[in-house]
Amino acid sequence: MSGTPIIELRGVSKRFVKHLDAAARFAAKLGVNVREEIVRAVDGVDLAVRQGEVVGLVGESGCGKSTLGRIVAGILPQSEGEVRYRGKTQAERSASERARAALAIQMIFQDPYASLNPRMRVADIVGEAPLYHGLVDKAGAEAYVDETMRQVGLDPGFKRRYPHQFSGGQRQRIGIARALAVQPEFVVCDESVAALDVSIQAQILNLFIELRSRLNLTYLFISHDLGVVRHLSDRVVIMYLGRIVEEGPADALFDKPNHPYTVALLGEIPRLDTRKRVFAPVKGEIPSPLNPPTGCHFHPRCPHVMARCRIEAPALREIAAGRKSACHLNEAQ
Amino acid sequence: MTEATLRVESLQTHFFTKAGIVKAVDDVSFSVARGKILGLVGESGSGKTVTGFSIMGLVDPPGRIVGGRILFNGQDIVGLSEDRIREIRGNRIAMIFQDPMMTLNPVLKVETQMVEAIRAHADIDRLTARNRARDALGQVGIPSPEERLDAYPHQFSGGMRQRVAIAIALLNKPDLIVADEPTTALDVTIQGQILYEIQKLARETKTALIWITHDLSVVASLADEICVMYAGRIVERGSVDEVLDRPAHPYTAGLIGSVPSRNAKGTPLVQIPGVMPSLLNLPSGCAFRQRCARADDACAAAAPEPVGARRQVRCIHPLTEVA
Ligand SMILES: Nc1ncnc2c1ncn2[C@@H]1O[C@H](COP(=O)(O)OP(=O)(O)OP(=O)(O)O)[C@@H](O)[C@H]1O
Ligand SMILES: Nc1ncnc2c1ncn2[C@@H]1O[C@H](COP(=O)(O)OP(=O)(O)OP(=O)(O)O)[C@@H](O)[C@H]1O
Ligand code: SF4
Ligand code: SF4
Ligand SMILES: [Mg+2]
Ligand SMILES: [Mg+2]
Repeated sequence: MSGTPIIELRGVSKRFVKHLDAAARFAAKLGVNVREEIVRAVDGVDLAVRQGEVVGLVGESGCGKSTLGRIVAGILPQSEGEVRYRGKTQAERSASERARAALAIQMIFQDPYASLNPRMRVADIVGEAPLYHGLVDKAGAEAYVDETMRQVGLDPGFKRRYPHQFSGGQRQRIGIARALAVQPEFVVCDESVAALDVSIQAQILNLFIELRSRLNLTYLFISHDLGVVRHLSDRVVIMYLGRIVEEGPADALFDKPNHPYTVALLGEIPRLDTRKRVFAPVKGEIPSPLNPPTGCHFHPRCPHVMARCRIEAPALREIAAGRKSACHLNEAQ
Repeated sequence: MTEATLRVESLQTHFFTKAGIVKAVDDVSFSVARGKILGLVGESGSGKTVTGFSIMGLVDPPGRIVGGRILFNGQDIVGLSEDRIREIRGNRIAMIFQDPMMTLNPVLKVETQMVEAIRAHADIDRLTARNRARDALGQVGIPSPEERLDAYPHQFSGGMRQRVAIAIALLNKPDLIVADEPTTALDVTIQGQILYEIQKLARETKTALIWITHDLSVVASLADEICVMYAGRIVERGSVDEVLDRPAHPYTAGLIGSVPSRNAKGTPLVQIPGVMPSLLNLPSGCAFRQRCARADDACAAAAPEPVGARRQVRCIHPLTEVA
């Protein structure tokens, strides 16, 4: 595949700054050791996604996946760097182009309940935007909502209900229906099937796959479920503490992970045939984005750590065709 | 035999909606012994959360427990006064909600919420409580717990919020924890950390656990027993090995077959054909019959009754005999 990527990130970072409140500012004046806390949620990410591609985004809880997803979806401004959709940043577009671009990129949120208006009926949650943007006319709106609900395995008979009257997994599917109803080109799926039992999960994933082949839909698929990611993704991106540490074609990466973090991650996959396993606590301290380790972020937990790793952050470099990894070991050889 | 921590007998919880009666939980029975872990799995919308809410006394109108008993340490807690229920809740029974924001108050700092939860049930000073809260955050793998205590829920990631809710449920070492999809958004390493703490709690304080999840691989490695729910009923029950290795109910077998790692990459995933019928108007006979390859006329005639004692199945033509 060639041509301009549908989404391209260059040097994107996001910092959340916790400003000092009045009392803390006063204490600081008196010489007490308080300072502003900065969370580096996303730290210098470059990423390109081609039309029709499914890119899986994987990483530890709190490593910045949702933050990155929201930046891609254009609902959270980055602190640094550039986000291009079809080659242009939003600033380079006219107002009407901007609105169209915003509609074309949809996000399915990790937390379905918080993202659904509790006072709106499902019919309106799903049907309002397509009607407003002229994707359907008033006469066709009802049938359109029914069809969209059916696609995600929801009974259209329940469209007069409010979100709290649904189960957790049903709510998650309302979020999916709402995103798909506006016929997007690019969907950021944030843990979108996490609350679904495997059979309904299969139905939704099959729907994603079908929409992709029918409409050439592109996905950024955030999930902690490595089985799902492998099944669905063409390419996988592994994040650790705000940075991309490895990326590559799904099969190659799963079969031969390069980065020590990826190796550790894949070793932990729970399986149906492990019974009564005795779980062990996480080894070593879990690093904090408030105070990230120097050099390679993974060094306090890495079995291969070298002196250099504590000082110098490894760059994300090509290690084979289409594969990149950020680890000093790759240069040692 | 010692008294089970929790024994649910023929529980029925229905919602009386304008459109009709939703029989979200209909004749559900199971028990959990001290220090044991019961996995409750099943289709989305099958009544798992409502079962948990019933145990917690949290079913709101138009919903109501219309039948059955819930024995907690031998005492029936259905219909207890709100005061008594509140006393038990948060102290002897805790729930980890599917939506962590049910536990967390968005406008309060995490510290305030945790310290209050501790001090409501233990006579200790603020500083001791704060230290306990900090350690609890560390146990669920939250880095920089000291600094994070001062944050508000929205400043946490989705999985971190879930972990704070877990930490709060573990605080008072209750006799019973109902955990509703507690690790759905957690990566494997953090999940391992949580499961380690859970196993420790079950072992050391003999806490009984109901672990509601759709993730069969987690139940496989954690639970002692499994109950499979479908359309408001438990359709299969048994030890983990029995249920996962020799499923008797066709629905259970379908679930196991849908696990992505059992499907070849790129091919469509095996899904159980059809959808769960609306709980408003269940078909006559077996609720699974429109989706079942083994269904025949007998399945339409009457709803199958549970067969077996400890190991149970509700199916006329089970894949393996259980009796
Ligand atoms: N307030 C309510 N009014 C009407 N129906 C309700 C209400 N709350 C729940 N239900 C219905 O009861 C059924 C059981 O819901 P429950 O939340 O227990 O499902 P669940 O098994 O937890 O599913 P999930 O895995 O999706 O969370 C669902 O079909 C749901 O639509
Ligand atoms: N609004 C905010 N204010 C302050 N910090 C924030 C905010 N949103 C996110 N963060 C912090 O940014 C980091 C990354 O969060 P993010 O939600 O992107 O993680 P994630 O990879 O999606 O994790 P999870 O798998 O748990 O959902 C976390 O440390 C989080 O606490
Ligand atoms: S750079 Fe060093 S610490 Fe980082 S992953 Fe590679 S070997 Fe480990
Ligand atoms: S009772 Fe009949 S329809 Fe129901 S699960 Fe068994 S075989 Fe299938
Ligand atoms: Mg997230
Ligand atoms: Mg539920």
